Amino acid sequence: MLQPRSIQSSLGIRDKILSLDFTLIISILLLGIISMFAMYSTDGGEFKYHTNSHILRFFVFFGMFFVISFISIRFWHETSYLIYIGIFVLLLGVKYFGLTSSGSKRWLDLYFMNLQPSELMKISLILFLAKYYHRISIDGINSLKHLIIPVTVLIAPIILVATQPDLGTSILIAAGGVIVAWLAGVRAKFFIISGFAMLALLPIAISFLKPYQKSRILTFLNPERDPLGAGYQIIQSKIAIGSGGLFGKGFLNGSQSYLDYLPEKHTDFIFTLFSEEFGFFGSLFILLLYAIIVSRIVKIGNLTRSNFGKLYCYSFATAFFIYVVVNMMMVLGLLPIVGSPLPIMSYGGSSMMAIMFGLGIVMSCKIYKDVPVN
Amino acid sequence: MLSPGSGNTVIKSKLISRRMFLLTAAKAVVMVGLIGRLISLQINQATKYKSLSDKNRFREWKLAPERGAIKDFFDTKIASSEPLYQLHLVPENAKDLDNLFVRLKAILNITDRKVSYLKRVIKKQKPWEPVIVSENLNWSDFSRINLFLHELEGVEPIVSVARTYPDNSSAHILGYVSQISTKDLQTKEYLQDLAVPGMAIGKTGLERKLDEQIIGKVGYQRYEVNAFGKRIREIKIDVGKAGKSFKTTLDYEVQKYTNELLKDKAAAVCVMDVYNGDIVSLVSSPTFEPNEFVHGLDKAYWNSLIKNDKKPLANKALSGLYPPGSTIKTLVALSALENKIIRPLDTFRCKGKIELYGEKFHCWEKDGHGIVNLRKGIQRSCDVYFYEVARKLGVDRLSETAKRFGLGKKVLTDFIEERSGIVPNTKWKKKFIGQNWYLGETLHSGIGQGYFQSTPLQLCLMTAQIANGGFKIKPRIIVDGKNDNLRNYLKHKNENPNEPLPTDLLVANFDLKPLFKNQEHINLIKDAMFSSSNEPGGTSYRHRLENPKFTFAGKTGSSQIKRFTEAQREAEVKQESLPYKDRDHALFVAFAPYKNPQYAISVLVEHGGSGGKAAAPIAKKVIKKVLERHELRRKINNLIGESV
Repeated sequence: MLQPRSIQSSLGIRDKILSLDFTLIISILLLGIISMFAMYSTDGGEFKYHTNSHILRFFVFFGMFFVISFISIRFWHETSYLIYIGIFVLLLGVKYFGLTSSGSKRWLDLYFMNLQPSELMKISLILFLAKYYHRISIDGINSLKHLIIPVTVLIAPIILVATQPDLGTSILIAAGGVIVAWLAGVRAKFFIISGFAMLALLPIAISFLKPYQKSRILTFLNPERDPLGAGYQIIQSKIAIGSGGLFGKGFLNGSQSYLDYLPEKHTDFIFTLFSEEFGFFGSLFILLLYAIIVSRIVKIGNLTRSNFGKLYCYSFATAFFIYVVVNMMMVLGLLPIVGSPLPIMSYGGSSMMAIMFGLGIVMSCKIYKDVPVN
Repeated sequence: MLSPGSGNTVIKSKLISRRMFLLTAAKAVVMVGLIGRLISLQINQATKYKSLSDKNRFREWKLAPERGAIKDFFDTKIASSEPLYQLHLVPENAKDLDNLFVRLKAILNITDRKVSYLKRVIKKQKPWEPVIVSENLNWSDFSRINLFLHELEGVEPIVSVARTYPDNSSAHILGYVSQISTKDLQTKEYLQDLAVPGMAIGKTGLERKLDEQIIGKVGYQRYEVNAFGKRIREIKIDVGKAGKSFKTTLDYEVQKYTNELLKDKAAAVCVMDVYNGDIVSLVSSPTFEPNEFVHGLDKAYWNSLIKNDKKPLANKALSGLYPPGSTIKTLVALSALENKIIRPLDTFRCKGKIELYGEKFHCWEKDGHGIVNLRKGIQRSCDVYFYEVARKLGVDRLSETAKRFGLGKKVLTDFIEERSGIVPNTKWKKKFIGQNWYLGETLHSGIGQGYFQSTPLQLCLMTAQIANGGFKIKPRIIVDGKNDNLRNYLKHKNENPNEPLPTDLLVANFDLKPLFKNQEHINLIKDAMFSSSNEPGGTSYRHRLENPKFTFAGKTGSSQIKRFTEAQREAEVKQESLPYKDRDHALFVAFAPYKNPQYAISVLVEHGGSGGKAAAPIAKKVIKKVLERHELRRKINNLIGESV
């Protein structure tokens, strides 16, 4: 038990590089490159603003991913609470100094980029809870005392984000937190009870929803309700994907997208664009890449010896999977349009940063898989 | 610390893995669901979504087809689709709209009002939708615009086609075209797949009657459009099919000539081939400018048309209803002969008036015509003679003959403006007025006054059917190449003078419809009409044509507007001294040449006074013109296979 630890603590750079998960890296890179082509297509087959900045961001954050990977998991464990607090402060900052765009206040102006702290909160909450549950003993997990902190760190950012308003991101933040708690062993009963409590609170929550949010949910239930208004996005997205057929319309030939029928094609609907141009097989390939990424993360979780690492990897893998699935179900007309980006592929710096940050910690788990965190 | 901790850790780790396994299973289920959805959208429903995508993508713009031409009998185009130069402006291509308008004003004659109107239109439209700066540029303006085009960014000179008429001489019979209205779309079925914004359709006359065939097949341009409706690129173009052209029986030269003769009068002229019913000329005056209607009518011009007392928009030849006046005497006499009421040589004494049923009935000749028989009755148009004949004949028998000769019903088909007129009889009065017939009304009917109403075209048909020997003809205005039975019959009769077949056999062989019982009666009427025009004392003697080639036989008529009072009669008030509105309408019907009748004519001059003075001189000139062109017409008739 002592032997590997001493080896691990003195890992050479060569060993570190060799212990990287190359399947995961290649999958991420492949997805990144595909996303560049997709972005190039949204710009009408030219290197315009979106394409250029997407490419730049991908490589910058891909580099960041490596930097994070090579930092010991022990460091990330130690700074978990700090990171959470830092991000939480940024979220508070958004509330007071944030930039408002199309009716919601989500961004902080950092001069070189507009940062969306709620995206980073997705990861830092998982990090926080992974550490928290790592530290308490298995018997204490279900004690009421140990519910206070998790519930607080979960609810506080959710309220901040939901009131920006950004319903989609706040739900995704919550999902991440709940998964950590579930994996850590919190009783199913607790989830069921809070589930019912949520249901009971739903009517009250609905009364807090903005009109456009209500309309989105109603539209999801019946897209033809207002085909030129709120239902437009769902309908056009389904038309784009459906018309792609088996093999797609071909690169740069997505008529729905280049004739501007497709809304938000850079961000939330990037999968729609890809699916229109590359069809069923293209979509299947994307799904496969995401499945590989998720399963590689789970595998790293399996390898990691510390429960912190396991909790983090499993939770992040599941959260990552949820981000992908929620986005796809949204554009496929299976969920209301809540506004959630597709990891790695969607345009958006904060989302890219958050995902690369999360993946970096996963990779750190891999490199330092035998390093105990405390 | 370490070993219990690590035992705890191991249990915890197992718990985490167990729960992770559950999550992984759930993920697999979700994944399968997503793939299922993709299969459903991209494989099962691909066709549906592909067509929805194409529906988004493509939009079609209809192209107005070229309207077929209308030609006269000699193939002169009297209505055609001619190139039209327009100026369009695409606001998004113009750098500085205000500056552009200043430049345009300097080059063209554009009013400030038009400019502010255009600016308003531009504001309402999408920036890539063109506005029409000028609908109809003349060639010099158009070439000037082309010269300055390099400094007029956003301006597009467009060559289009539009209905064009050489002049206004046939405006009424041709009708006019104008923009489709909402009502047109609702009422005319053939426009359903055809309507193109800005397309002109026939509103009256031949343009309306022929609209369905002459309009052509709509073409379309298919464009790929973006979500905002902007055209991105042209995918396909189908120019459609130009409409069918039609050849009419009209003679453009005669139309022009007649139109000129009628200038400034409220009048109408019809000329008809007595054998095949070809309408050679049909003119109503005053006329209007049909070209004005093509590109949205100028308000001032429209008002001038509407306010004109002489009603330039009405086609008086088809829709003007006038008592036939003395022109009906031909039919009264014929009816009386056919019904054996009188014999040609039966006489009456005309003393200028008769008193019947306590009412005085005046002859137009105050001093009377003396002893009058049928021939003299028609020659002098003696009213008293016809009072007597009508009294004996009765209105019902008269109406029967009048209807047989085409009065009281529409002559042509599919002219909405044509009216059927009235041939009164006892039943008619009971039905429409709800009163019994008075004998006095029979006398008024006998001289074509009272309830009688007819159109100039009906009177022309009536005369034609007398002139051709009493056979029914079907007037036509579109050359249809149908066989011409009556001419064949005549040809046969002329070629075989030595073996005369009985009339009824000839009639059966040539499928004719005689309107007489005894053709001799028709000849008597024709002869009486000859005397009216060519013998001293005849009502139109002064306007005869002596050259036998042109000699016509006619009958004058005047339709009373206001009955003369006894005082006016005593004072021998002349029509000319009455206010214009109170003067009688002048009528004249005739056929020519007398020896070998070819054409029938009817002339109406509203408030012209007497037929002999106002209408006969016009008829005389038109007859001469028509007969001068008879040889030309005959050649064409031979060419298109109609025997003469």
